[in-house]
Amino acid sequence: MDSIIGQGIDRIDGRAKITGAAAYAADKRAPDMAHGAIVTATIARGRITSIESTTARNTLGVLMVMTHENAPRQAPFQARADDRHARPKPQLASDEVQHFGAPVALVVAETPEAARAAADSVTVVYEKSAGVFELGDASRDAYDPLKASEGESSDSHIGAVDAAFDAARTRIDAIYTTPYQCHAMMEPHASLASWQNGKLTVWSSLQLIESAHKSIADTLLLEPDHVEVISEYVGGGFGGKLPVHADAILAALAARELGRPVRIVLTRQQMFHVTTHRPASIQRVRLGADADGTLTSIAHQSLSQSARADEFSEPIVNATRSLYAAPNRLTSQRIATLDLPVPDSMRAPGEAIGLLALEQAMDELAVALDMDPIALRLRNEPEQDPEKRVPFSTRALVPCLTEGARRFGWDRRRKQPGTTRDGRWLVGMGMAAAIRGNFLRKASARVTLKSARRAVVEMDMTDIGTGSYTVLAQIAAEVLGLPVENIEVRLGHSGYPDTPGSGGSFGASSCGAALHDACTKLKARLAAGEGAQGLSAEGHVTPGEDYKKYSQFAYGAHFAEVGVDETTGEVRLRRMLGVFSAGRILNAKTARSQLIGGMIWGVGAALEEEAVVDPRFGAFITRDLASYHVPVHADVPDVDAILLDELDPHANVLGSKGVGELGICGAGAAIANAVYNACGARVRSYPITLDKVLPTLLDRME
Amino acid sequence: MRPFTFERPTSIAAATLAASQLGGKFIAGGTNLLDLMKVDVERPTSLVDISALPLRDFGATAEGGLRIGALVSNTDIASDNRIREAYPVLAEALLNGASAQLRNQATAGGNLMQRTRCPYFYDVFMPCNKRQPGSGCSAIGGYSRLHAILGASRDCIAVHPSDMAVALTALQAEIEVHAPSGVVRTLPICALHRLPDETPDHDTSLAPGELISAIILPPPARGKQAYRKVRDRASFAFAVVSVAAILDCSSRTVRDVRLALGGVAHKPWQPRAAERALVGAPASGASFEAAARAAVAGAEPQPGNQFKIDLARRLIARTLTDLAARGG
Ligand SMILES: Cc1cc2nc3c(=O)[nH]c(=O)nc-3n(C[C@H](O)[C@H](O)[C@H](O)COP(=O)(O)OP(=O)(O)OC[C@H]3O[C@@H](n4cnc5c(N)ncnc54)[C@H](O)[C@@H]3O)c2cc1C
Ligand code: SF4
Repeated sequence: MDSIIGQGIDRIDGRAKITGAAAYAADKRAPDMAHGAIVTATIARGRITSIESTTARNTLGVLMVMTHENAPRQAPFQARADDRHARPKPQLASDEVQHFGAPVALVVAETPEAARAAADSVTVVYEKSAGVFELGDASRDAYDPLKASEGESSDSHIGAVDAAFDAARTRIDAIYTTPYQCHAMMEPHASLASWQNGKLTVWSSLQLIESAHKSIADTLLLEPDHVEVISEYVGGGFGGKLPVHADAILAALAARELGRPVRIVLTRQQMFHVTTHRPASIQRVRLGADADGTLTSIAHQSLSQSARADEFSEPIVNATRSLYAAPNRLTSQRIATLDLPVPDSMRAPGEAIGLLALEQAMDELAVALDMDPIALRLRNEPEQDPEKRVPFSTRALVPCLTEGARRFGWDRRRKQPGTTRDGRWLVGMGMAAAIRGNFLRKASARVTLKSARRAVVEMDMTDIGTGSYTVLAQIAAEVLGLPVENIEVRLGHSGYPDTPGSGGSFGASSCGAALHDACTKLKARLAAGEGAQGLSAEGHVTPGEDYKKYSQFAYGAHFAEVGVDETTGEVRLRRMLGVFSAGRILNAKTARSQLIGGMIWGVGAALEEEAVVDPRFGAFITRDLASYHVPVHADVPDVDAILLDELDPHANVLGSKGVGELGICGAGAAIANAVYNACGARVRSYPITLDKVLPTLLDRME
Repeated sequence: MRPFTFERPTSIAAATLAASQLGGKFIAGGTNLLDLMKVDVERPTSLVDISALPLRDFGATAEGGLRIGALVSNTDIASDNRIREAYPVLAEALLNGASAQLRNQATAGGNLMQRTRCPYFYDVFMPCNKRQPGSGCSAIGGYSRLHAILGASRDCIAVHPSDMAVALTALQAEIEVHAPSGVVRTLPICALHRLPDETPDHDTSLAPGELISAIILPPPARGKQAYRKVRDRASFAFAVVSVAAILDCSSRTVRDVRLALGGVAHKPWQPRAAERALVGAPASGASFEAAARAAVAGAEPQPGNQFKIDLARRLIARTLTDLAARGG
C-alpha cells in the first residue's frame, strides 16, 4: 500500500472552514458576554499624567473603564527572559508609555459599538519625552545582543576577512536595507475570557498554547491548573501570534472584575502597534572572489531594530554561515534600541531578510565576474558546513538549482539587462538560493483508541492554517494502519499534551515525531494483547545529538521573471518557480501551499511591504491594508513550487523538515535580481517601488 | 464610531433637508464613509441613507449623451455597453479602481465624494487641517510620497483618490446637484472638487445637504481614449499617478485633446497649457513630450515625491503616443 504520509490529501478541517463551522477566537460567544475596546497611546514615549473617562463611564451600556489607576495587580514584566513568549505580559501596569499605540485603557460595554464609542471619548493627557525612532540615528549606539538568537552567537569570524577582501580580484561591498514589516494576517488578534468557579478559560488566536498558558497564568498570578487556553483555529500567525498580546490579558482581567465573559478583538489599525512586527535592518555585505568565481571572503554584518521595552535580535546573518564555502568569513549581528514597539519573529526571522541582502550581493558578484549566477553558486558549494565544520545532514541545493534552471528555462535568459522586451515591458529573469534552518523541539502527544478502528489524537499543537490537523491525522493513520477518516485530531487546548506549537517551522516535525512515538507505543501495547477500546498512549520527542553532529537546513532555489514598465518603472511579477528539498514531505498539497505562500511573501518583501515610521510621531503611519501593501491575486499570476524527493535520516523519525518558512527565504532576492536583469536597476533598499527604478529608466532612455 | 441616528427617506427633498442639519450626512454604498466612521474621522450624528431615492436611472439624454443616476454602482457603469463603446476611458478608470466587491457596492455619487487617503487624515490624534482646520498639516515634512505636486497649498497637500473623477474630467462631464432649498443645478465636473487653498476641510464646492443626483456625460468625444494608472501593485491600489486622455487626430495633426491627471492634486488636474500646446500640433513624439513637460511645468513637489514629476511627464507622453498609434 502507498504510504499515507506524503499524500496530498485535502485538509480534514477544510469543510469546517469553508462552511463557517470552524469557530475562530472572535467567533466564540459566551452567555452574557461583554465587549472590550482598547484605548491606545498617542505618544511614543512618556508618562500618562491624567485620564479623563467620565463621559465613557456615563455612556449607556458601559460596564467599566480600566486604566493603570485601577488595573488589578499582575506579575511584573521580565525583560530579556529566557522564554520570551511564556513570561508575564502585564497590561495597564503603570503610567509609563513605552511606544506609540500601547494600550492605556480598556472600556468594556454591553455591545462592541458602545465599547468603541466610549473608548473614543476617553481623553488621556501625557507628559511626552523625546525618543529615538530612526535606525540610522541609533546606529552609533548599536550593541551586541545580550541574548543570542536561535542559540547561535551574534558573531563569527574565521580567517582574515579584511585582508582577503582587499586582495580579492573581484569585490562587492554594498549596503542593503529592509523596512519594517507587519504580519498582516487575515484574522485579527482576538480573545474571549470566561471565569467559572475561580477558573479561567481563554479562547484566543495563538500559535503557542503552552507558552500562552504559562504567560496568562503567571500574569494573573494564578495556578496553572486554574487556567485553560484554547485556540482551535487560527487565521494566520506568521509569528505575530507567538506572544500573548493585550487582548488576552485584558479580557481575562476584565472578565474577573465584572464576573462575566469579556471578548476583545483588536482593530486592524491597532494590530500595527499593539502586537509585534519585523524589525527594519541595515546590512552590509562584502564578497571577494577569484577570477573563476571562487569566493575568498564573505562578510555579512547586520544592524536591526530592538526596542527600549525589550530586546529582540533578528538572526539576520545566521544562514550566511552555512550557505557558501569561503576560507575567510565574518558575520555579525547588532541591534539598536528605538522607542518603537518591540519587534519579534515574523515568518523566517533572519533568513527572510538576510537573504534579501546576501543573495542580491551574490548576483552583483556574478555580474561583476561576468559569470552566470547559478554557476557562481555551484562554484562555491561547500562540502561540509563551512563554519560549524560538521557534515550536512542532507544538502540538495545543487539539484534544486539545476532542476529549477531546467524547468524554468533559465537558458533563455539574456545576460545583458534591458535586452528582452514584451511590448512596453522590459523583461528579466533572476534567481536566488533558499536556505532555512531546521529545528526539532521537545514535544509530546497522546493517542487514544475510541474503538478498534477509531483513534483520537490530542496535543496542544495549533493549526495556524498550515495543515497541522491533516498531517497529524496522516501520521497517526499510517502508524496505526487506519484510514485517515478514522482519526480525529484535537489540537489547540492547554489540557492536551505539551508541544512547542507552531513557529520556526518546527511544528510538523516535532509534533509528528511525538505522535509517531505515541502511535508506535499504542501499537506495541495492542500487539501485546491489551484491549483496544480506551487504550491510550503518550509519545515524546526531544532533539538529540544529531542536531549537533550535523548541520541541518532545508534548501531551495527560486527563479523569477518580472516585467518592468519602461515608462513608469512599475515592476510586475510574470512567473515564479521554486524548487525545494525539505526532507520527507508529509502532505504534498499542504507543503506546496506553504511554499507558494512563502514565495508570495517574497514578492511582497521585494516589491511592496513597508510599514512606514514617521519619526516625528514615533509611529507606523501606514496602518491599514490599503496603505500597508501585501500582494493581491493580480500580483501573482503564475507561481509554482516543486519538491524534490528527500529523506533526512538525522532530522527525526519521519525524516521530515519544516516547510512553512522555506518558501520566503531568498524569494525576494530572486525578484530583485530579475529587476536588475530586466532594466539594469540595482535597488538595494527594499521594497523595490517604482520610484526607485525610475531613475535608471531616465538614464537609459533620455 | 459614535452613536448616530439612521433614516432612509424616499424623497430627495426629505433627504437633502435631513442631511443639511448639523451632523447630517448622506450614506450611499458606505464603503468610504463607514471606514472613516470606524476610525472616528467622520462623526455624523444622523445618517441619511439615500438608497431608497430614485437615483438609479441610466439612459440617453436629449443631447446624445448619457445620464447616470448617482446610485448606479461602479460595476454597472463600467460594464455598460454604451460606456464601454463610447466612453471607454470611464470604464477603464472604474475597472482600475478598488476591487470587484467594492465596485459592486460603491455608487457613482459616493465615488465622487470619497475622501483623501492621506494617512494623517486617518489618525485623529495627528494634526490635519482637512480634518481639524487650523491644526496643521502633518504630511508636510512627513510621509508625502503619494501627495500632491500640483495646486497644493501651505495648508494641505492631499490628493483626491477617485479614478472615476479623473476620467469624467477628461470627458467634460457635468454633475447634477439638488440643494435642500429645492434648487437643482448642474456644474461641470471640474467645478465640483476644489484646490485646498486655506480651507482644505472643504473637498468640494457642495454645501451641506447638497445631493449629487446624476452624472451627465456629453455626447461621445471624437478620437481615442485611454486611462493609464500607475500604482504600487497590480490591482487594488490607489493611483500614484494616473492620466485620462482623449486624443483626436486627423492627418497626423492633433485636432483636439483632453487630459486629466490623477494622484497629483487635490482634484483631478487639467493641464490646460499642455492641451492648448497640442491642438494643431503634429501628432508626434516630440509634441507629446513637449506637452507633457508643459503639463508638469509648475509642479512643486515634496521631498518625498519629486519622482512624480518625471513619472507624470513620461506617463502623459507615453499615453498620447500610444493613442496616436491607435489612430487617435
Ligand atoms: C480598500 C479600498 C480601495 C479602494 N481603491 C480605490 C481606487 O483604487 N480608486 C478609486 O477611485 N476608489 C477606490 N476606493 C474608493 C471607492 O471607490 C469608494 O469608497 C466608493 O466609490 C465610495 O462610494 P460609496 O457609494 O460607497 O460612498 P459612501 O461611503 O456611501 O459615501 C462616501 C461619501 O460620499 C457622500 N455621498 C455619497 N453619495 C452622495 C451623493 N449622491 N451626493 C452627495 N454626497 C454623497 C457621503 O456622504 C460620504 O461622505 C477604494 C476603497 C477601498 C475601501
Ligand atoms: S495633506 Fe491635507 S489631509 Fe493630509 S495631513 Fe495635510 S491637511 Fe491633512
